[in-house]
Amino acid sequence: MRNFDFLDAEYAISGTRSDEARVSPDAIDLGLSNSLVVPQVDRPSSFLRDAFANVPEKDRIRFAHGTTTLAFSFKGGIIVAVDSRASMGQYIGSGTVKKIIEINPYLLGTMAGGAADCSFWERDLGRRCKLYELRNKERISVAAASKLLANTVYYYKGMGLSMGTMICGWDKTGPSIFYVDSDGTRLKGKMFSVGSGSTFAYGVLDQGYSYDMSDEEAITLGQKSIYHATHRDAASGGVINLYHVKEDGWVKISSEDMMVQHRARMAQIKAENETSAAVVAEPAAA
Amino acid sequence: MSVLRPNASVMGLPYTAPGNAPRGFTLGEHVDPEDPLEVGNSSNPHGKPRAIGPMGRRFQPYKNNGGTVVAVSGKDYSVIASDTRLGSGYSVPSRNVSRIIKLTDKCVLASSGMQSDIAVLHKVLRIRLTQYQYAHHQEMSLTAISQMLSTMLYYRRFQPYYTFNVLGGIDAEGHGWSYSYDAIGSHEKVRAVCSGTGQNLLQPILDNQVEFRQTAPEKKPEELSLEPCVELVKDAFTSAGERDIYTGDIVELAKVTAKGVEIEKFELRSD
Repeated sequence: MRNFDFLDAEYAISGTRSDEARVSPDAIDLGLSNSLVVPQVDRPSSFLRDAFANVPEKDRIRFAHGTTTLAFSFKGGIIVAVDSRASMGQYIGSGTVKKIIEINPYLLGTMAGGAADCSFWERDLGRRCKLYELRNKERISVAAASKLLANTVYYYKGMGLSMGTMICGWDKTGPSIFYVDSDGTRLKGKMFSVGSGSTFAYGVLDQGYSYDMSDEEAITLGQKSIYHATHRDAASGGVINLYHVKEDGWVKISSEDMMVQHRARMAQIKAENETSAAVVAEPAAA
Repeated sequence: MSVLRPNASVMGLPYTAPGNAPRGFTLGEHVDPEDPLEVGNSSNPHGKPRAIGPMGRRFQPYKNNGGTVVAVSGKDYSVIASDTRLGSGYSVPSRNVSRIIKLTDKCVLASSGMQSDIAVLHKVLRIRLTQYQYAHHQEMSLTAISQMLSTMLYYRRFQPYYTFNVLGGIDAEGHGWSYSYDAIGSHEKVRAVCSGTGQNLLQPILDNQVEFRQTAPEKKPEELSLEPCVELVKDAFTSAGERDIYTGDIVELAKVTAKGVEIEKFELRSD
């Protein structure tokens, strides 16, 4: 049996990896074995799709889905900003989802795709980062943490997991952002946006980004990018949450309904129109 | 049963090679041509067994038995309610199936979805809580239960419990909280939540009357206390009973306060 994870393999608690640790069906049903149940069919990966093939739309299991998230690094660290709408089909499941997951005081993960997939595996990642810390007496690097997650989801490739996440943090090498998705893709980068509203967010972000921005400018840019995505993407909305990752860990900066930004922008546009109207009116009077 | 571990990438491949996996139901092959009930629908009126292609009959493990569940929580209380109608297609096989379970003196769960999965989930939860109580000599806290339910649901990620849960209760500080779940364990701590077939009808009412969303800031009323909250939940259910075919008959309503859990019942339309 191939073991993909070089970090945990050496230190795994004895017994947990053994093939003898066969668990009885009762234990599985009780959820005591810390294991995922796999349906007993020929193709477990298509079980859910097949099970609901002839079921009317309204009765299908709809999972909560996440939507616009972004992260970028700049002079002052990393800005992570997200919306908070969870849509289940056409229904808005919630407008107050926490899509930034606090893995530990130095690591943040974002949530796009299946909400349960993201929150479960990033919680699991938190547990493994803690174990790493206890074994090695130092914090895990962002690269290693994101690779733990990428290897885990790669293992389940084809089983229907859906997640697009950015693992953001500050380690010995400085601030770094890794994009990890359920296909197993893992990318290092300076700026990512994930979700159905990402195209809108990228537009605003690219237009306003500069590495030498001040913290305030970066925060405003992050909020503005998410706001424009919530405005134009039906599947994004709700509260805009924003975190700032610095050398000594992350700080939560703001949690504000997108309508606050919207009203401010509308007021600004109105004010600008009035000024330009006044400018046009003046020469005519003269 | 073959299992995959949550850290499976770490822990290696599932211990049964796919070829050796014990056979359960097989998709697309669960057809008995001799069984009169297995064949015969509009595309196959004479009941001849058909080749299993993309249009073939398949193993269908899930159905929705309907029902509406609500949890509304205030400063020091939580109200959890569910109707007891069990629907299946256009019939009502039972009018008195309880979907609500008292987990501890401070925590009540209500689930809608498929009755069999609800029954199993409730049974398993009860066992887990009993085991916890023996191991720790105390009741499990609301926050612990909320997280355990989430993981239990997620462990069935690839073969989910067809259940939509709402959890309500009082935390260690004595504050009331509701938790809403999707079928695979994504959850959120909220004030008021509704799940099940009446969700689309009821959730907007709760948003407006409990969380005061969509209301002008100056119109915000006082925070709900227990009695008005119970009245609100009753009204909400009565309305859902008027407009949702899967909601009706009886509502079981649990009031969780520092004093414990008190359950009352009231009638809805039974048509």
